Amino acid sequence: MSEIENGVTAENNDAITSLLFQLADDDFLYAYRGSEWLGLAPHIEEDVASSSISQDSMGHAAMYYQLLEELGVGNADELAHIRPSQDRRNSILTERVNGEGYYMETPKYDWAYQVVRSYFYTQAKKVKVDSLCQSSYQPLAEVAVKVRMELYYHRLHWETWFKQLFSSTEEAKKRMNEAMTLVMNDFGDMFSFGNQKQAIETYKLIDSEERLKKNWLTSIQPVFAALQMDVPAIPETLANNGRNGEHTVDLDEALLTLSEVYKVDPVASW
Amino acid sequence: MAVSESVSTGRVFDMLMTVKDPEIDSVSIMDLGMVEKVTTLGNTVTVVLLPTFLGCPALEVIKKNTIDAIQQLPEVEDVEVEFVFHPPWTSDRITEEGQKNLRAFGIAPPPRHFAEDGSWHVDCAYCGSTYVTMENIFGPTACRSILYCKSCKNVFEAMKPVSTLM
Repeated sequence: MSEIENGVTAENNDAITSLLFQLADDDFLYAYRGSEWLGLAPHIEEDVASSSISQDSMGHAAMYYQLLEELGVGNADELAHIRPSQDRRNSILTERVNGEGYYMETPKYDWAYQVVRSYFYTQAKKVKVDSLCQSSYQPLAEVAVKVRMELYYHRLHWETWFKQLFSSTEEAKKRMNEAMTLVMNDFGDMFSFGNQKQAIETYKLIDSEERLKKNWLTSIQPVFAALQMDVPAIPETLANNGRNGEHTVDLDEALLTLSEVYKVDPVASW
Repeated sequence: MAVSESVSTGRVFDMLMTVKDPEIDSVSIMDLGMVEKVTTLGNTVTVVLLPTFLGCPALEVIKKNTIDAIQQLPEVEDVEVEFVFHPPWTSDRITEEGQKNLRAFGIAPPPRHFAEDGSWHVDCAYCGSTYVTMENIFGPTACRSILYCKSCKNVFEAMKPVSTLM
């Protein structure tokens, strides 16, 4: 396919690349953090379910990296594994640790945090993917249709956990509320396009930041109404904007671990 | 030296019938509706496949098995297998034969019809009873769910419905 047929021009190339990195890095880190729950989820059925969701999400990241590879940005595996943190465009929320401790030692992970992060992230992803189905960049629109079908199950799953824990014991509610505070503190860049905002919106690659925010709030409203709770506010100011490569140490540590095997033998076929 | 003979697509489709899902050996990729297009140009064969789930680890195995199967045709020199995402694979692409073969493996095929509210139900893969409960919407692979039949008391799996209407 020629570049013109694909809808890529010299002008919109940076905007497309930038958006693809945001989408790819988000799902990649989200899937990585989800996979750290393997063997630690509250019960075996949940272990199966959340592993499946992590696997799907990694598949979505792989597709976005593949689209970048097709644009000549680099090899998909390398884009996923060896880019340093300042080159990453994921949201801060997706890079945060699951809790104290390390997976191989004594992880003290917080399931309430996992549920709230996953539910809010998945709902945000749905809002974006719905919009991407109409993207002016056709290859991205086609992938979005595919992602959307799988996301249906993810959203259903996390919404169920979210509702049930908030309708449970006082301790569950307390922990869920604490988790929600933590998640919302990091939610400021979820719908940000960073420095590429204008270009991404001008070329109609996806709806505007404002529109996506509004859609997200509308989409979670019925669940909050049923729980007789107020919809949380998305922070206007943020300490770090992941879309511009501003990250926390959590990301450096994640990258060190997740690229460890790849770096042992970068030319191996996995 | 053998005289070069062009490849017929019919012969390729026959070989594709032998490429099974790596985890469900009763079901071929043709049964699953994964084969979107077969083109032959002289002695080169190109097969376009639709991935079921994007993160499915079986995709690379399926690709390799497809190449190996087609290369068994003596008239074939080159085989290319490509995955595309458009049109998206949906569970209604599974053929009648595929539904039968899934059931033979103990997996209930995805429902053909959705209710107006988007809900669906599956019948027991063993006894056909509708008296079933969903144990886990996520099963041993991304495309399968785990159910329990209250009639014949069997745990069974069902292939998830995947639709653009969801």
